[in-house]
Amino acid sequence: MAEPTMPILEIRSVFKDFMLQGDRIEALSNASLKVPRGQFVCLIGASGCGKSTLLRILAGFETATRGDVLMWGKPIAGPGPDRGMVFQDYALFPWLTVRQNIGFGPASRGLGKAEVKDTVAKFLDLVGLSRFADAYPHQLSGGMKQRVAIARVLANDAQMVLMDEPFGALDAMTRERLQDELLDIWQRTKLTVIFVTHSIEEAIFLADRIVVMTPGPGRIDSDVAVSLQRPRDVSAPDFNEVRRLLSRKLHSHHGRKAA
Amino acid sequence: MSESVAAPLAPSRDLTSSNLLRRARAALVAIAFPAAVLLAWHVSTHGQKQGLIPPPSDVAVMLWDLAFGGINDDAFSATLGVHVFASLSRVFGGFALAALVAIPLGLVIGRVAAVRQLLDPTIQLLRPVPVTAWLPLAMIIFGLGPRSAFFLVFLGAFYPILLNTVFGVRSVDPKLFEAASMLGCDGGAQFRKVVLPAALPSVFTGLRLGLGFSWVVIVVGEMTGVQTGLGAIIMEARQLSRTEVVICGMLVIGIAGFLSDRAVLWINRRLLAWSPGHG
Ligand SMILES: Nc1ncnc2c1ncn2[C@@H]1O[C@H](COP(=O)(O)OP(=O)(O)OP(=O)(O)O)[C@@H](O)[C@H]1O
Ligand SMILES: [Mg+2]
Repeated sequence: MAEPTMPILEIRSVFKDFMLQGDRIEALSNASLKVPRGQFVCLIGASGCGKSTLLRILAGFETATRGDVLMWGKPIAGPGPDRGMVFQDYALFPWLTVRQNIGFGPASRGLGKAEVKDTVAKFLDLVGLSRFADAYPHQLSGGMKQRVAIARVLANDAQMVLMDEPFGALDAMTRERLQDELLDIWQRTKLTVIFVTHSIEEAIFLADRIVVMTPGPGRIDSDVAVSLQRPRDVSAPDFNEVRRLLSRKLHSHHGRKAA
Repeated sequence: MSESVAAPLAPSRDLTSSNLLRRARAALVAIAFPAAVLLAWHVSTHGQKQGLIPPPSDVAVMLWDLAFGGINDDAFSATLGVHVFASLSRVFGGFALAALVAIPLGLVIGRVAAVRQLLDPTIQLLRPVPVTAWLPLAMIIFGLGPRSAFFLVFLGAFYPILLNTVFGVRSVDPKLFEAASMLGCDGGAQFRKVVLPAALPSVFTGLRLGLGFSWVVIVVGEMTGVQTGLGAIIMEARQLSRTEVVICGMLVIGIAGFLSDRAVLWINRRLLAWSPGHG
């Protein structure tokens, strides 16, 4: 077992370049971050500042051009069940029912039939979709699909959940409900969450800590701890104060942008 | 977590009277046009003794005689079964062989870049050649007879199945591979659990097109040097100026093609309930 002070995630001077039609694009430049277990981190920043890129490196879908990415002190080498990605467009398997989608990970890892069944039942219940267990993804609303996607990574025993604008495609009401539900799950499971969003308000509502990124090249600009009491009230004065602070941080860079 | 959205899971088959009425109307609309054609055909041909086109009643009688005999008692009487069986076995034989070769080949071409680079140019080059243009060559290679017909059916079904399978494999959403590998499913398992099911709708589109083509091609294939089959009977009847037999042959091909398409659709619907476009 790791010593208590060891962070679940450590990013050390990570660079990521893409080649695009002969041009080198610096998607990430010298990004460093340490995340203790159980923290809810939001990444926020203008379009193109490398949020998705960073998340995809953490998931193991991309490799850093330079630098180290460590989970529990060990380099991340490719995708693995200890990290689960929740995509904005769900990426559910359309040919599997809700039940089978959630059971996909446990079954792939070789769990027995009975064990898979129990795990699926538990997480179906957790996300409130037991009634829809045998529906196919195309029969679900966007919010329900995203719940399945969340249950799918949780059922796979992920310790760290990576979410790339997971609620971006949902209407405001569904979005708020899913935010509440996510917080509820997070508090019960002590997961570590890395959550990308465009919404300052969403970040403040959810996060223990907000990492602000800036583009051209993609960098980590600042790191803001949010110590507001939970559950948070988006109309409270102290919430607004944090909102103003972040808004200033985000907008102060717009004038410097090359584009 | 609460669940308030009460979406119906599957369109339930409600058999209310309004639904029955709607179905009856749809059926009426569907047969209205053929009925009108039949009527026009009847009006324009009946009573003419020397007409080139026989009236529908003659065709109906001929169809009965072709199927069961007992009316004309000539060379065509009661031969329909033999001809239908011959064509069916060539169509389904050629089609099955095409599927057996084209699906695995398509999966490999879609998945393995090296194989794709090796075979794709050749396939693209041969693709525009109409199947009928292969007929002379087929007759040289396979001789006059059913084997040429079989080969043409194979060829006709092969391309749609192959191309749609390749397309299906190539157009799997890359995110699904990422999702699978993050859930612990890699390599060969990914092929089985992601590529195959994701490509299935496309494969079925190919099978449907392929089977449709098989029926087109079989008639051409059977028109030269084959004794049995619906194409052969049409050809023979033409030479004997038995137009009513020609029309019977056309009708039977239409019905057989329609029924076999329905069969594929039925299987398709069972396997692809998950796909909004196919289910
Ligand atoms: N596969 C790729 N090939 C080439 N360039 C890429 C690739 N992926 C990302 N980039 C580039 O890297 C930069 C960062 O992209 P990224 O998707 O990480 O931004 P983002 O912060 O997630 O933006 P958004 O908020 O719009 O989602 C962009 O300039 C983008 O064009
Ligand atoms: Mg992004």
